[in-house]
Amino acid sequence: MIGVIDYGMGNLRSVANAFYENGLEVEVISEPDRLEDYSHLVLPGVGHFGKAVKNIDERGFRGPLAALAAAGRPMLGLCVGMQLLAEVGTEGGESRGLGLVAGRVTAIPPAPGKRIPHVGWNELNIQRDHPVFNGLKQGRDFYFVHSYQFDVADPDNLLGSTDYEGQVTAVVGRANVIGFQFHPEKSQVNGAKLLENFADWDGVC
Amino acid sequence: MLKKRVIPILLYANGRLVKTARFDLDAARDVGDPVKSVAVYNSQLADEIVLLNIEREARGWRALAPLVESVAKVCFTPLTIGGGVVTFEDAAALISSGADKVVINSAAYQDKRLITQVAEHFGAQAVIVGIDVRRGEAGRPVLFSDCGMTIEPVDLDQHIRSVVAAGAGEILMQSIDRDGMMQGYDVDLLATASQIATVPTIGAGGSGTYDHLLRAFTEGGVAAVACASIFHFSDSNPLRAKAFLTNHGLHFKVV
Repeated sequence: MIGVIDYGMGNLRSVANAFYENGLEVEVISEPDRLEDYSHLVLPGVGHFGKAVKNIDERGFRGPLAALAAAGRPMLGLCVGMQLLAEVGTEGGESRGLGLVAGRVTAIPPAPGKRIPHVGWNELNIQRDHPVFNGLKQGRDFYFVHSYQFDVADPDNLLGSTDYEGQVTAVVGRANVIGFQFHPEKSQVNGAKLLENFADWDGVC
Repeated sequence: MLKKRVIPILLYANGRLVKTARFDLDAARDVGDPVKSVAVYNSQLADEIVLLNIEREARGWRALAPLVESVAKVCFTPLTIGGGVVTFEDAAALISSGADKVVINSAAYQDKRLITQVAEHFGAQAVIVGIDVRRGEAGRPVLFSDCGMTIEPVDLDQHIRSVVAAGAGEILMQSIDRDGMMQGYDVDLLATASQIATVPTIGAGGSGTYDHLLRAFTEGGVAAVACASIFHFSDSNPLRAKAFLTNHGLHFKVV
């Protein structure tokens, strides 16, 4: 059973709908002590890093998430949920992420004529093989909406990127933890493929 | 490379989808069921879907939340909801019902803090500011709120700059004169808006042929086109529109 974590940051219903529509069993979880009942955990999110960290802490998710990540439970972060995997985020002042993938989340660097946020469909360039990419072709488009990006400290953790006047991190992963900057739940057939692969994944690379 | 977008824009009133011409709700034509239409546009790989409540009476999140929940169940592409979003509660309730973004239009003239509040909580990308324009004397753009009923005494240039500064993530630039006429977008208006805005501009109002869409992109400089009549009233759909535009050198998502 897939657990989608409700920490008050937006679109968990869309995420749950996307799993459900693809025939996968899914529930929304709002109590931290129930996380261990789920085989796969999803940290969704739309919005603001600083606020997301505050919500994670206030609702008591930080400890249980760290414990289950260390225990090898497959874990997926989406958009801000992916950024939360980092050690530090700078949106809304510096705040401490979950620290599951080494790196920092910083503003996408501006440039003349470059529009921020990065909104829309952009291709996923797969950099490293991973079970969640099974059956996915190179260069397919996914839906991105973000103004901040994940700078990985260890290049081995960069599994996929996209190009927006420079390389932007699209997928990070380390051991049993993976994160997508884009929204698979809003990326139609290819997004559904990734969610299905995540549900089939045992957390071992 | 970021792809261009083709976005069906659907107008909702009294439980149905309708299509207006020049914002005249009384003469609007029925064009189908909202949930079924969204399911079809999703299956035709629409790049996003915009759904606006244009009812004059039932406004705000209460009028829309149940619909958004039903629509979100069949929409696996970004879903933007608007029409009567005037408080933070409206935006928050619609987003928690399944909207990915909200459109703020009339409220953006009164108090820019609503834009900032929603952008700070959900991210700038979750706020689209809708701007409705009629051409006035000597072709000067005149801005209107309240579904085209109230003149707003502010310059287009100044309004765009101030809503972007307040935190708008995109601009939905709509020509009231062209709405439902199927004679082409107001390309000059789109070009003006996309030059002023430092965020992406979505062009709306006037789509009738694929060539109109092409001109909105190439001459209007928009990131996306919103289309209604072309899909409702002609043998066209997002897949075919994008096939045409791809042949003219524009890039769309690869599935």
